[in-house]
Amino acid sequence: MVRAQAMNQPVAREKKARKSIPIWVKGLVLPLFIIVIWQIVSSSGVVSATVLPSPLQIIITFYNLIVSGVLFSHLQISIYRAVVGFLLGASIALVLGFVVGFSKHSESYIDPTMQMLRTIPSLAVTPLFILWFGFDELSKILLIAFASFFPVYVNTYNGIRSVDSKLFEVAQVLEFSKWKQLTRLILPSALSHILVGIRLSIGIAWLSLVVAELMGSSAGIGYMIMDARQFSQTDKVFVGIIIFGVVGKLTDSLVRILEKKLLKWRTNFEGVE
Amino acid sequence: MSVQIQIDEKSFQIEQERKRVLDEVKLTVKKGDFLTIIGPSGCGKSTLLKIVAGLDTEYQGAVHVNDRQVVKPGIAQGFIFQEHRLFPWMTVEQNIAADLSLKDQDVRQKVDEMIEIVRLKGYEKAYPSEISGGMSQRVAIARALIRDPEVLLLDEPFGALDAFTRQHLQDVLIDIWQRKNITMILVTHDIDEAIYLGTDVAILRANPGHIQKLVHVGLSYPRAKTSPSYQQVRQQVLQEFEKTESQRYIDGEGI
Ligand SMILES: Nc1ncnc2c1ncn2[C@@H]1O[C@H](COP(=O)(O)OP(=O)(O)OP(=O)(O)O)[C@@H](O)[C@H]1O
Ligand SMILES: [Mg+2]
Repeated sequence: MVRAQAMNQPVAREKKARKSIPIWVKGLVLPLFIIVIWQIVSSSGVVSATVLPSPLQIIITFYNLIVSGVLFSHLQISIYRAVVGFLLGASIALVLGFVVGFSKHSESYIDPTMQMLRTIPSLAVTPLFILWFGFDELSKILLIAFASFFPVYVNTYNGIRSVDSKLFEVAQVLEFSKWKQLTRLILPSALSHILVGIRLSIGIAWLSLVVAELMGSSAGIGYMIMDARQFSQTDKVFVGIIIFGVVGKLTDSLVRILEKKLLKWRTNFEGVE
Repeated sequence: MSVQIQIDEKSFQIEQERKRVLDEVKLTVKKGDFLTIIGPSGCGKSTLLKIVAGLDTEYQGAVHVNDRQVVKPGIAQGFIFQEHRLFPWMTVEQNIAADLSLKDQDVRQKVDEMIEIVRLKGYEKAYPSEISGGMSQRVAIARALIRDPEVLLLDEPFGALDAFTRQHLQDVLIDIWQRKNITMILVTHDIDEAIYLGTDVAILRANPGHIQKLVHVGLSYPRAKTSPSYQQVRQQVLQEFEKTESQRYIDGEGI
């Protein structure tokens, strides 16, 4: 019995080795398949290029937009809006989350209002923002700030509240000063929550950027898409969509890397499991 | 120089009722002594230790450590909880330093020395999730000791560990106690642990918690659990312990 098992093992491992195609390769199979079919359909001329440009054509347009510098200038303004809006919303949220997290008093004054505002979709306040701040930069940045505020606020507040009371007791026994309690207990403990909030917030900031730019602007990736639509430049629309996807994914990965670095103790924990 | 415990009464409000948990608990631990306290589950051992630590101040009576009344928790009364309670985001050495800075030469030296004493060399940079339960508890002990407590209070510190690790840590604890000549009070429900470690063993009776008997263990360290003199003390403690148990049956508490 024992021997049979021992002999079986290498065989099983070999089987596994032969089968183990990396996951990211598996994930590429479907998109590649679709692109190939798409190219064949487009080349055969069944569908007109204004409805569905071929992948090759999109790549050429992409290349041209990069070389001419048009894409870069649009991307620059878009990123500027997203970053400023996010920083504004997230930093106010961080401060308010701390205040409400620390003091029960301010919680009862501030939190109910926040919970109410939180349920309002940012799309619903867009008309109001346009009325108040017009079509220029301010309304866009404020809209993004508004949307990216809530995830950071809620998670910061929760993070501070979820500090283990048993560890608080330890801090008491060890005579931590108020300052050390903050820096060595509350902040590290809340950090994982805060980072989750920041990641959600960046995602939402990016989403709101699209809304803000589609509602009317004279520059930015969103504008580029709207402009291309008017002239039926479908390939350019595709380039815009791809850019939104790629940049969104990139920033998310960036925060993940940051998370791994800052929460080394936790990723190590997951590693053990 | 000693720890003087004088608890006249300690009660908890449970729903509408007031339940008396400790009743006239009077203990004096001389400097450098190692008192172990055993008693059935729920007799108020943890409550007693928390009062001594200053974590619980709602009781009748007073606790003095070296003639200073204990009114709040602090480093003078080092406390080891049943769970290690390390900060998961700090490495072993950071946990030992806790609120102190490792960049401080003095602290650095003390931490290194302490790591040597609790035998954790090579694990300074490990996180709590990467070390075993026994090692974690040693870190917790080091964290308390580096602050030079006047008394070290341990609440079933080895309760969650396997028999081998527990034996090992008991030896480590005796080693530390002898080296540092520190006053210790350890709570346990393990009779052998109480006798193996303590210079004195207090047997606590339940409902309400009260000192049934204080047994002096006049044996030298390290103690051989199989020796006749050890067995003799064990018999004595066991008899007293059984009295507290039968007391529980008479009171209709049972298990
Ligand atoms: N915070 C509390 N509120 C109400 N009752 C409590 C509280 N803490 C403890 N008690 C009660 O006091 C009694 C003694 O509790 P304690 O934790 O001191 O027992 P123990 O001897 O440490 O038990 P164990 O060996 O299980 O740890 C128990 O009956 C418990 O129900
Ligand atoms: Mg207990």
